[in-house]
Amino acid sequence: MAQHDGDKATAAGSELEAVSPRTVSTGTAVATTGGAFENPGMPPHSPRATDLDPRKDKTAERRVGLLFLFSIVGSVFAIVAYIIFPIVPGDLSSVRVNNMLLGVGISVALLAIGLGAIYWAKNLMKDGEWEEHRHPTRGSEDTRAAAVEVFTLGNEESGFGRRSLIRNSLIGALVVSPLPAVVMFRDLAPAADPVALLKETLWEKDVRLMRDPANTPVKASEVTLGSVFQIIPENLAGREDFLEQKAKAAVLLMRLKPEDLHVSPERADWNYQGIVAYSKICTHVGCPVALAEQHTHHLLCPCHQSQFDISHEAKVIFGPAKRPLPQLPITVDAQGYLVARSGFHEPVGPSFWERS
Amino acid sequence: MTTAQDTTTTKSPVAAPTRGSRFTGAVANYLDERTSISGITKELGRKIFPDHWSFMLGEVALYSFIAILLSGTFLTFFFEPTMTQVHYEGSYVGLKGIEMSAAYASTLDISFDIRGGLLMRQVHHWAALLFVAAIGLHMLRVFFNGSFKKPRELNWVIGFVLFILAMGEGFTGYSLPDDLLSGNGLRIIDGMVKGIPLAGTWISYLLFGGEFPGTAIVPRLYSLHILLLPAILVAALGLHLLLMVINKHTQYAGPGRTNDNVVGVPIMPNFAAKAGGFFFVVFGVIVLISSFFTINPIWNYGPYDPSPISAGTQPDWYIGFADGGLRLVPPGLEFVLWGHTWSFNIILPLIVLGLFIVLVAIYPFLEAWITGDKREHHITERPRNAPTRTAIGAAGVTFYAVLWAAAASDILATHFHLTIEAVTHSLQALLILGPIIAYLIAKRVCLALQKKDREIALHGYESGRMIRLPGGEYHEVHQPLDDYERWRLVDYVDYKPLMIRPDARGRISPVQRVRAVLSRWFFEDRISPATRAELESGEGHH
Repeated sequence: MAQHDGDKATAAGSELEAVSPRTVSTGTAVATTGGAFENPGMPPHSPRATDLDPRKDKTAERRVGLLFLFSIVGSVFAIVAYIIFPIVPGDLSSVRVNNMLLGVGISVALLAIGLGAIYWAKNLMKDGEWEEHRHPTRGSEDTRAAAVEVFTLGNEESGFGRRSLIRNSLIGALVVSPLPAVVMFRDLAPAADPVALLKETLWEKDVRLMRDPANTPVKASEVTLGSVFQIIPENLAGREDFLEQKAKAAVLLMRLKPEDLHVSPERADWNYQGIVAYSKICTHVGCPVALAEQHTHHLLCPCHQSQFDISHEAKVIFGPAKRPLPQLPITVDAQGYLVARSGFHEPVGPSFWERS
Repeated sequence: MTTAQDTTTTKSPVAAPTRGSRFTGAVANYLDERTSISGITKELGRKIFPDHWSFMLGEVALYSFIAILLSGTFLTFFFEPTMTQVHYEGSYVGLKGIEMSAAYASTLDISFDIRGGLLMRQVHHWAALLFVAAIGLHMLRVFFNGSFKKPRELNWVIGFVLFILAMGEGFTGYSLPDDLLSGNGLRIIDGMVKGIPLAGTWISYLLFGGEFPGTAIVPRLYSLHILLLPAILVAALGLHLLLMVINKHTQYAGPGRTNDNVVGVPIMPNFAAKAGGFFFVVFGVIVLISSFFTINPIWNYGPYDPSPISAGTQPDWYIGFADGGLRLVPPGLEFVLWGHTWSFNIILPLIVLGLFIVLVAIYPFLEAWITGDKREHHITERPRNAPTRTAIGAAGVTFYAVLWAAAASDILATHFHLTIEAVTHSLQALLILGPIIAYLIAKRVCLALQKKDREIALHGYESGRMIRLPGGEYHEVHQPLDDYERWRLVDYVDYKPLMIRPDARGRISPVQRVRAVLSRWFFEDRISPATRAELESGEGHH
C-alpha cells in the first residue's frame, strides 16, 4: 500500500500498532484491509501554459511586476490621501472620506502584494508535487531509552525518590507558596460588605422622584394616562458614586386607570391615584427593562425578553426572570410632587446568593 | 536581471558570485556563525506542505490575528483606559459637553480627531470578528475531517484554548470603549456572575472593584486585553504551530498520498510565497471592508448610563450563543433553598454551555476511547466516511446555531412579524429536537454519499450516453474511472466495531460492555470501501 516501505521501522500508523510492548488491549479497533485497491502512485504531471510557452511566461512575469508596482501606487495614494483629506473638526463627512481613501490606498497596496506573490507562485515558481516521508511521531527506541535514562539519573543523583522528607516538604512548600497571591486579591474591592450594599438604594421616605436626565421633580398631575417616566432619586445628583447608585435606583413611573390595577391589600397605599413606580432593573441579569407597551401595561426587557405585567404588580408573564420587579411605594408631598413613601422593601436587580 | 547576464558571461564551472549573492552569503555566514541557523534552514526550508483550500482557514485566523496586533498597538497609543469622568470637548458635535468616561472620550477622539484612527478601530474590530470566525471554521474543518486523531489530540486542545482566548479577547476588547452597548454587556456579565452560588456576589464585587459599574473595570479589562490574554494567546499559538510542524500537516487521500508521506509544495519558495501572499490578501480584505463598512459606531450609542438601553441590542457574534442560552431558559427557575437564592435561570445556561464547551474540548479523547484506535492518522477523512462523527458534528452545529439564533430572537420576531413568545418557544423546542433531526439526516446523507462513492468506484460515472442493444434494450454507458480518480474514493480506513473479549481472568468488565455498545453505535452502518475483487467480479454486469 505505502510506496515508501523501505524504512525498517514500522511506518507511522500504517498497521496495527504491533511494535508496542503493551499487550494489545481488547480496545484496539479492527481495521479490515483485505482486497483493497493499490495506490496508483503520483499521477503524471501536466505542465502549465507558462512552462510550455516562453511568451506566456514573460507575460506572467510582467503581470507580477505590475502588481507589485501597483502596490507602490496604493501606498503612495494612502500617504497623499492622509495629507490632502484632513479631518475637519465637526464635519463628519471629512472623517468618512479620510477613512475611506486612506483605507482604499492601504488595501490596494496590501492586496497587490498578496495577489502578485500568489500569482508568481502559481505560474512561475517551479511546479510539481514534492514528497516527504513521515516518521512516526514517537522517538526511536534508543532515543526513548536515553530519555528514560536521563530521568533515572536525575532521580538517582538528586535522591528525589529516595529522600521522601525532602520531596514531600518541597511539594508542600510549592503548594502553599501561591496562597499569599490569592489573599492579595481581596483588596480588588473596598472593605465594605457587598451584601449590605446590594440590599440598599438611595430611595427612602420623602425622597422626590426626579426625571432622568433632566433632574426635575414630577407633579402627580403631569403623569397622564399611558405616559412613562424615567425616574431617578432626588438625592442622586452630585454624588461621587452616581453611576453605582443609579444602577440600583433607576425607576419607571406610569399611570394606569385605577380599575386596571390589581393591588394586593398590603400594597394598597403604594400607588398614588393609579400612578405606580417600579424598579427598572431586570430581576434576571440586571438589564434596564426599557420597553413599555401602553395597551397591555407590559414591560419588556430588551436583553432576554422577560415581560412584566404592571397591572399585576409587575409579575413575570414571560421569559427567564422569576421575580416581579420590586415596587417603590410613592405618594405626594405638600407641593404636589411625587415622593417615595419609603425605600424598596426588597433588594432590586438580579438575584444573588445572599439575597433571601 | 544582473544574475542572468553575469552567469552567461562567466563560463567557468563555478559561477562567480554576483554582488547580490556575495552580500546574501556574507549575511548568512554572519548569522550562522552566531546562531547555527543553517541547521534550522536545512531542516525546515524545504519542508513540504499539502495544498487544499480548507487548510487556509487556520491561516486566515493567524493572519487576522497579526492584523489585530498591528492595529491594536496603534490604538493603545491613543486610548485612555480610565473611567475618570470628563466633559467631552472633541469634534463630534452630537456629544459635545456631555459627561463621559475618559475611555469613551478617547475612543471618540480616535474616531474623529486622529487621521486613520477610525480606520484602525474598524480594522481592529473587523479583524477580531474574522479571527474568531476563522478559528471556528478551522475547528469545524478539523473536526469533520477527523484531523484531531492521534497524534494531534493535544493540538486540538491547544486550538480549543486559542478559541476560548479569542472569545475572551473579543469580550474584554468590546467592553473597553465604555459605551452604552458594551456597558449593558458588562451589566449582563455582572448579573450572571452574581447568580453563581456561594461566591457570585464576591466575584462580582472583586471584579468590578466595588458595586457595578464602579471605576475599575475598564482599566482591569484593559490589562487583561493587551497584556495577559495576548501573552497566553501568543504562547499557545506558537505551541500550536510548533506541533503542526512536528506532526506535519494532514493531507487528503489521493493518488501517491499515503499515511507515511506528505505530498505538496516546499516552504521555500512556493509555500512561503503563497502563504505570505495570502497574509497580504487577508490583511488587504480586512482594510478594504474597514474602509467601507462601519462597525461598532459607539458615537451612536452614547456613554454608558445604567438606565437607558436600545432595543434590539446584540453582542458581537461569537458571544451570541451564550446570550441565546440566557434567553431560552424556561420560566420560573429561581428558588430560595436553605436560606439562599438559587438562580437556575442563570446557573442552568452556565452548566449547559459549560458542558457543551467541555465536550468540544475532550471529543478527540472520547472518540479515541470508543473506537479504541491507537494508530497514527495523517490522511484526513472525508466527512461521509465517518458518518457517526459527522452526524455528531451536525448535531453540535445545530445546537450552537439554535442558541445563536436565540440571541436575535427579538430581531427575528420583529422582522418576520411574529410574537416573541412564538419565536422563543419554537427555538426552545428546536434546541432539543434540532440536534436529533440534524444527527439523523446527516448520518443518512453520509451513508447515501458513501454508497454513491462505491457505485462510482465500481461502475464509473453516468455518461448520459444511451445505446440501444441488438435486443432492443436501452442502456446508459458508464464512463469508468481511471486508477487515480478511483483511489480518492476508496482510500479510507475501514473499521469494524470492537469485539468484546474476556480479560486475562476470563471476565468482561461493564466498562468493556459500554465501550462495545458505543463502538457498535459508532461503526455499525459504515459502508466499506470498494475493493478490487468487487470491481473485477462486477465487470460485465453493465
